[in-house]
Amino acid sequence: MSDAILAVMEQQEGKLNRMSWEALSAAQRIGKELSKPVEALVLGEGVRAIADEVAASKLSCVRLLEDPLLKEYTPDAYCLALREVIAAGKPYLVLLPHTYQVRDFAPKLATGIERSFLSDCIGYRMENGSLVFTRQLFQGKMNADVSFTGDPPYFVSVQAGSFQADQLVRGENPAAIETASVKIESGKVRTQPLEKFQEAKRTVDLTQAEIIVAAGRGIKEQENLALIQKLADALGAEVGGSRPICDNGWLPMDRQIGSSGQTVAPKLYLALGISGAIQHLVGMKGARTIVAVNKDQNAPIFEVADYGIVANLFDVVPALIEEINKAKGQ
Amino acid sequence: MKIMVCIKQVPSKDSTLRVTEDSTWIREQDLSYEINEPDAYALEEALRLKEKHGGEVVVCSVGPDRVQQVIREALAKGADRAIHLVEDSGSRLDSYPAARLMAEAARQEGFDLICTGLQSDDFGFAQTGVVLAELLGVPHATIIMEVQAEDGRLKVKRELEGGWFQWVQMPLPALLTIQSGINKLRYATLKGIKQAKSKETRRVKAAELGLKAEELAGRQKLHRVYVPVKTKQTEFIDGPPREVAAKLVEKLKQDARVL
Repeated sequence: MSDAILAVMEQQEGKLNRMSWEALSAAQRIGKELSKPVEALVLGEGVRAIADEVAASKLSCVRLLEDPLLKEYTPDAYCLALREVIAAGKPYLVLLPHTYQVRDFAPKLATGIERSFLSDCIGYRMENGSLVFTRQLFQGKMNADVSFTGDPPYFVSVQAGSFQADQLVRGENPAAIETASVKIESGKVRTQPLEKFQEAKRTVDLTQAEIIVAAGRGIKEQENLALIQKLADALGAEVGGSRPICDNGWLPMDRQIGSSGQTVAPKLYLALGISGAIQHLVGMKGARTIVAVNKDQNAPIFEVADYGIVANLFDVVPALIEEINKAKGQ
Repeated sequence: MKIMVCIKQVPSKDSTLRVTEDSTWIREQDLSYEINEPDAYALEEALRLKEKHGGEVVVCSVGPDRVQQVIREALAKGADRAIHLVEDSGSRLDSYPAARLMAEAARQEGFDLICTGLQSDDFGFAQTGVVLAELLGVPHATIIMEVQAEDGRLKVKRELEGGWFQWVQMPLPALLTIQSGINKLRYATLKGIKQAKSKETRRVKAAELGLKAEELAGRQKLHRVYVPVKTKQTEFIDGPPREVAAKLVEKLKQDARVL
């Protein structure tokens, strides 16, 4: 695979993380542009079915890496395995989805071989024959164009939604599956993963809500949630919140929207005092119509909003409640 | 338990961000600063662990003189002493140089546990902690929502996506990146603010750690910084609140048909 673009597919308990397809799609695009072979890597234990699924895409090959120590994710085992594969194959670029798991191991992997990891990229372009990646700064308020210095392999993770999984090119024939074998010494795996669990059961299912009114830091105090609830009542909506609101205990965790909470796609989403950090945007940008009210006209929430109101929510919301009640009364 | 907490000073959330004329960075004269929010939670967690198990909390921050503001804040909240790694290059993006500096400082001290925030509010790489762990050769876990320490081992609650969590165990010394919301932040007391003045802050330069400039070179090159180009057409509605509300309701009924 020397010089290849290698996409690392993420699976947990035999299920592919759908963001992996986006990373693979990015790998195909970049591979085409640089005329380099594109490969995918599947690692775990008992995951051949996933390799078969991935092999339907147009790829030079799928590398399958299986070991009992890769059954449950640990950063040590993953890095030991990936280091061997990378040392043997010398890829040019390793592309990963920017998931919680990738954030846990990729910085270690790159540092261990004295390379650099450019995390959470949203795009790329070619400049004088070399790759320049775009990533966000200041929670999405600015962009930066960054390239690598030094030698490959380069490590890049891509943000959810930055590349389209539906643009994946399928191969005429399934790609070859090459089994790689690695030696992982169990003594070198220092963390021990225990059980996975969800917190107290959910009392509300925001994924089914048709209208969601969501509050962010801009509501300032817990008491002000009453106003948000009043608007929700007028609309027949559910109330949700950004992470800081739920962290503060102002709303129960099952009403949190974003990467660590619920992913929702209602008909109408009203974001009130939410700046729109990417962790929030990934959880709601699939809504059909998005209305954002924020004091800061540069807030990233306006990037995804259909209707934007630059104002203090405490001025707008009471008026909005009145207008909605008027409209509904008709 | 001897705990190091890495804290970063970042532009405050309500700072006005303007790109410099040559588009290489943002205008620093416009900025006010604050402690990176996840780092504040890392500090709080360290203070709680110390209160439970005894030991010492040392805060460590990389940056120019202005970072002493967040160091003082941390000392006032109860950290025992501080290490200020003096570094002036400012706009450096790569996580590696800061992690390398902190790794050398940490090696001299020898810590049982290092806590960092899971990512910074300004650059958002979510890497410094993990890179630091690798440089020190200690195990790590990221995005942590609960920490239990017992008999030289840690049991931590790692946040996964979509509302899932996982318990993970590991030996000490170790590094944890802490998620915002793991605990409730304390305020500095008047007494704490007074005591902070007599606490030690050691100012250390790279050369004093035996590091040469080339060892701190990043492996990434920043080409330019710019305001993102909007991809979605947002229709902005202006006017006095009542008018805005009426217009919006009309749009939602007629155009979007969601009311």
